[in-house]
Amino acid sequence: MDLGKILIDALRAALGVPAAAYAMSAIGLNLQFGYTGLLNFGHVASMAVGAYGLAITVDLGGPMWLGLIMGIVAALLLALLLGVPTLRLRADYLAIVTIAAGEILRFIVRSQWAAPFTGGIFGIQRFANPFFALNPIPPGRYGVGRLAWDARSAWVLLVGWALVALSFLLVARLIRSPWGRAIRAIREDEDAAMSLGKNVFGYKLQSLMIGGAIGALSGMFLAIDQQNVIPDSYIPLLTFYAFTVVIIGGPGSLKGPVVGAVVFWFLFELLDGIISSAIAQGWTGNLFETTDVGAVKFVFFGVGLMLVMVFRPQGMFGKKEEMLLDAQ
Amino acid sequence: MPSETPLNMVDPVPGVAKPDPILVVDSVKRSFGGVHAVDVHHLEVQRETITSLIGPNGAGKTTLFNLLSGFDRHDDGTWHLDGGRLVGIPAFRVARRGMVRTFQLTRSLARLTVLENMLVGAQNQPGESFWVALTGGWQSREKENIEKAMALLERFNLDKMADELAGSLSGGQRKLLEMARALMVDPELVMLDEPMAGVNPALTQSLLVHIQALRDEGMTVIFIEHDMDVVQEISDWVVVMSQGKIIAEGPPAHIAANPAVIDAYLGRHHGEHG
Repeated sequence: MDLGKILIDALRAALGVPAAAYAMSAIGLNLQFGYTGLLNFGHVASMAVGAYGLAITVDLGGPMWLGLIMGIVAALLLALLLGVPTLRLRADYLAIVTIAAGEILRFIVRSQWAAPFTGGIFGIQRFANPFFALNPIPPGRYGVGRLAWDARSAWVLLVGWALVALSFLLVARLIRSPWGRAIRAIREDEDAAMSLGKNVFGYKLQSLMIGGAIGALSGMFLAIDQQNVIPDSYIPLLTFYAFTVVIIGGPGSLKGPVVGAVVFWFLFELLDGIISSAIAQGWTGNLFETTDVGAVKFVFFGVGLMLVMVFRPQGMFGKKEEMLLDAQ
Repeated sequence: MPSETPLNMVDPVPGVAKPDPILVVDSVKRSFGGVHAVDVHHLEVQRETITSLIGPNGAGKTTLFNLLSGFDRHDDGTWHLDGGRLVGIPAFRVARRGMVRTFQLTRSLARLTVLENMLVGAQNQPGESFWVALTGGWQSREKENIEKAMALLERFNLDKMADELAGSLSGGQRKLLEMARALMVDPELVMLDEPMAGVNPALTQSLLVHIQALRDEGMTVIFIEHDMDVVQEISDWVVVMSQGKIIAEGPPAHIAANPAVIDAYLGRHHGEHG
């Protein structure tokens, strides 16, 4: 087992595209779930409409900047569509509607009917060339030792982490303002917030829209990196990755989603490396085959997540005393 | 003891007109299934008084509160605050119009600090809108609001807890906080739903003093209460509900002796069966 290589690969993931994408996605989800108390189980839908908004616009001959705007606009419209009928109802309804909406959206874009625009099950490829044409970084390797990226990846990562920083600053500014105090009040008790003159529905809708727009940003970023949108990559699992990131980092903490994403992808790849090399070396006997790596990894991850929920429900950066209040 | 009020001249009969009503309720109805939870023909609440709303369990007191404050949908009727129609207006707008209510089960915003709880009550903070929050320029108002909040907290003896999470307060302290927070709204009319429920006698006395202070500062108070001693002590006027209807109203002394009220509490035919 080459522990060095496994570690390098884990670090590469922790600082790489998936971590940046999930940091963004989780920042959006954290605004909705951690600060406003909205159970959005369809966060993947905002990532999907962002990616498709961009890909379809460029595919139809539009410029890339317009595609980026269309992706954001699509996410805002989706949030309106989901939020207006459900946000006046109890929290559980939003959860039900959003998880269904995410799947409905995926089935629509992969359908034969939508194929002229979405490319059906094959999706849309190679729409981000203008983005890579803008790359100012000269060819070469950038990094330390074996932990290095080529110019293309370095450009993607530079933009990705800049977007993470931007999303972070946006949410931090909002949360530290009276607007943020109002949405936290709504998370604690909607009726109390209403009795104090707060437009609960309006705030929840705003939070859903802003979180959705940040989710779309993450979806577009992933799609640009892969030069590819495929309907079946937008499965509910992505939402639950984002929730895992939020929970590891601590719901309702500003830096939680960012650090949570780094830790999540580090552990995810580390586990992958250790399990695959353990199976390859035959340490598991004939219990597992190399094709079982994914499944075994998820078993460990599930157990790990449960342990976090039991022993550190506030995550890495949540406040313990806040968690204790829930027990009262 | 009730102070000298213009209510001395008012006839103690249900639905009677008051000289200077701040709240006027007309034909408000609400039924759940076949049960008429609220069926109030006419009610006026005199400005700058303490009016208590009493009645047996299930009389419709809280439902009436919910209707008037926009927390429940009415089936029929109208009501006006200071001449302005409030019918069908969402709860948050009712609060902004100056009519603030509290809840039977205290609703502190547990994971906000005591001071933050207070600041949520302030109505004049432009930073609560998304664009102002983003562009800035709300800090000076925040400073004013913090001063106002601290003064109120001091009055309610909570100033030392300002930075504690509200969820860590005792039950009694939460009652005080909820009342103080309602005052941050600068209400004209305060509706308190059983403010003394589950509170120890010492704190009850202190809450009574606070409620009287509200009236003396020019606010109007309506409160739901079960303890007749408390009602006798601080009310200027008492309204009695039973089965959704107002069956009696008048000064506290008059109500205590009213046979209809005794009937409502003890059952209609208690006299006949001994």
